Amino acid sequence: MGQKEMIAMLLAGGEGKRLGVLTKDLAKPAVYFGGKYRIIDFTLSNCAHSGIDTVGVLTQYQPLELNRYLGIGSPWGLDRRDGGMTILPPYVKQKGGVWYKGTANAIYQNMSFIERYNPEYVLIISGDHIYKMDYELMLQHHKHTGADVTIAGIEVDWKEASRFGVMHIDDEDRITAFEEKPKNPTSNIASMGVYIFTWSELQKYLIYDEASRNSSHDFGKDLIPAMMRDGKGLYSYPFKGYWKDVGTIDSLWEANMDLLSDESPLDLSDSSWRIYSVSPNQPAQRVGADAKITSSLVTEGCMLEGEVNRSVLFYGVDAAKDSLIAESVVMPNVRIGEGARIYRAIIGEGAVIEPGVTIGGPEDEAITVIAVDQYVTVDHLLREVEHS
Amino acid sequence: MKHKMLGVVNLIHETDKLERLTQGRCLATVPFGARYRLIDFILSSMVNSGISNVAVFAHTKYRSLMDHLGTGKPWDLQHRQGGLFVLPPAADDIQEFSRGDLYHFYQHRDYFYRSAQEYVVVARSHMVCNIDFEKVLQFHVQREADITVVCKRQDDLLSGRARKVGLDGDGRITAIQDHYGRMESDVSSMEMYIMRKELLMELVETSLAQGQDHLVRHAILSRLDKLNVYGYLYEGYLGVVNTLTSYYRNNMKLLNPQVWKELFFQPGPIFTKVKDEPPARYLEGSKAVNSIIANGCQIEGTVVGSILFRGVHVRKGAVVSNSIIMQNGIIGMNSIVQHSILDKDVRVEGNRDIRGAESTPFLAGKRKII
Repeated sequence: MGQKEMIAMLLAGGEGKRLGVLTKDLAKPAVYFGGKYRIIDFTLSNCAHSGIDTVGVLTQYQPLELNRYLGIGSPWGLDRRDGGMTILPPYVKQKGGVWYKGTANAIYQNMSFIERYNPEYVLIISGDHIYKMDYELMLQHHKHTGADVTIAGIEVDWKEASRFGVMHIDDEDRITAFEEKPKNPTSNIASMGVYIFTWSELQKYLIYDEASRNSSHDFGKDLIPAMMRDGKGLYSYPFKGYWKDVGTIDSLWEANMDLLSDESPLDLSDSSWRIYSVSPNQPAQRVGADAKITSSLVTEGCMLEGEVNRSVLFYGVDAAKDSLIAESVVMPNVRIGEGARIYRAIIGEGAVIEPGVTIGGPEDEAITVIAVDQYVTVDHLLREVEHS
Repeated sequence: MKHKMLGVVNLIHETDKLERLTQGRCLATVPFGARYRLIDFILSSMVNSGISNVAVFAHTKYRSLMDHLGTGKPWDLQHRQGGLFVLPPAADDIQEFSRGDLYHFYQHRDYFYRSAQEYVVVARSHMVCNIDFEKVLQFHVQREADITVVCKRQDDLLSGRARKVGLDGDGRITAIQDHYGRMESDVSSMEMYIMRKELLMELVETSLAQGQDHLVRHAILSRLDKLNVYGYLYEGYLGVVNTLTSYYRNNMKLLNPQVWKELFFQPGPIFTKVKDEPPARYLEGSKAVNSIIANGCQIEGTVVGSILFRGVHVRKGAVVSNSIIMQNGIIGMNSIVQHSILDKDVRVEGNRDIRGAESTPFLAGKRKII
């Protein structure tokens, strides 16, 4: 097997606790986004467009649906003779198997996978973010600065900064300080969780980190600070563009709504940067005689007879006459009965909304979530359904 | 009955009156139903019926066919045993090229001999339907038929051309006419024939020895009294798409929700080449009713009673009605397009007024700028 210049390790084990019922039986990277995609499609498509042909996908939490979805990686051009996609779940070794204890430990446990390709650089990404990024340009930056590790950074709202790892950088993009989720942030350049390591350095630090007793084996909390302490070359790659962590119900809803503005910050129709996904094989959507659809994204297989406004509809949504879907995200194969009204909600895959039901309200602050395969009737008030 | 049948999609001398739509492509790859090509329906039907070994006998203008079919993966026909075989004519000189289908079957006889299946389904690409061949085979075996012809009882073929079939009370075929025959019958042949592979090979060799080289016209018609030829009546939706009028009218039929559900889902899904287009985007002020719209479309104007293929843009103020707009078509601001068929990549600039009639829709060829 030939040497690869750079391979990618994609952390897809996220539990996505804050997505509640949407991740009950589903790993976070497999959550639906944008009318026909799953969150992980964005990073996998980034790999495809950045010329990366070897990707290890590390899974842990609820991997069944995710594994089925990824298959052998064909939709992303990752069914390769030499390299391609490899799913890497935790496994039992001679000394007994253990779960991935943290992001760094997950990579540590798969060092033999990386060694097999003997790469010069390793790209570490996660399957939790929505963005389009050319990792090739980041690699050029990494080589140009001669860094040991390059961390992609993006300017975020000061209000938000405490949710992220934040970096101070000098004029040459060198990171002078790194704080993981600081209470009082002094910088608003957030780490995107996208790292390029020079493999020989990463290897050393993975082994070192694994041996340290007090480590939580996390890149942001442990490994990066250790490299910082040792005076290694840490650089930031400034990323400009759309990037969203869709880890909460609100941010997932918002990111979907971001797609609806006329000047959407995330262009899905750019033919030079297609977002690849598994095709659901559905016929073109049918809009009925009384349908009224504005400012929305609608996918194949939908049958619409009612009104749809400022919403994102996945494939196979069947909305009957006089129904209304407003400012909502409706996941695949949801059936919406006659006269039902849905405001500011996320409706899980396969849910059935009976005729006449009202979900959420136009002035609601909170986003209402209906779980996968829920059956919502008029008598069954939503609150009860959510708790059952 | 698993893996008992071999599929043959026979594109040799297929009746084609689609005018400019087949100028640069064969009938099999004419776009249909907002995201499909005609051949998708027969291929999907075969695959959904458990047929995993399919040969497509290509004949002319097959660049688009090769491009569309690729390795057969979208139809799950890319695998170790069997799969998809595209067989272009193997002719030494130009005269042989235009000979009948039996000649071409003979030229590729190794394909038949190498396949292990006992039965063969020979079909065409222009019969738009969703059919379960397992049921046809059961019928065939039950009737102890030599050949079973799939037929459809339908008064109005919406100007499509098909052979009329005469059936006796038993379901046995007494007569088959050519596409322009005047026989009084509401039964039409769907040009799908099931028989043992051995019988097909025998028909190929004996017919060619007698200087005859057409499967239906020669081999089957001349043996209606010697062989047990039965008609299996298909119940689902059928569109005979081999004239421009029938092309238009059958597309418009899809606007009927019952037809849409039946043709695309029952008994199995229809597969096609994947394009990775984003969801269709409806902008503020758009109006779309009673239409079929594919992914990748951007609608700012009005769409009524139309079929929009992938990546069509309808700009502000434009009104598209009763029309078929193929892939990547652009309808400019404030333009009107009515009763029209626009082939791929047609661009209608702003403030244009294009109107055909329901009986004779306006047709614009590929990449035309209006």
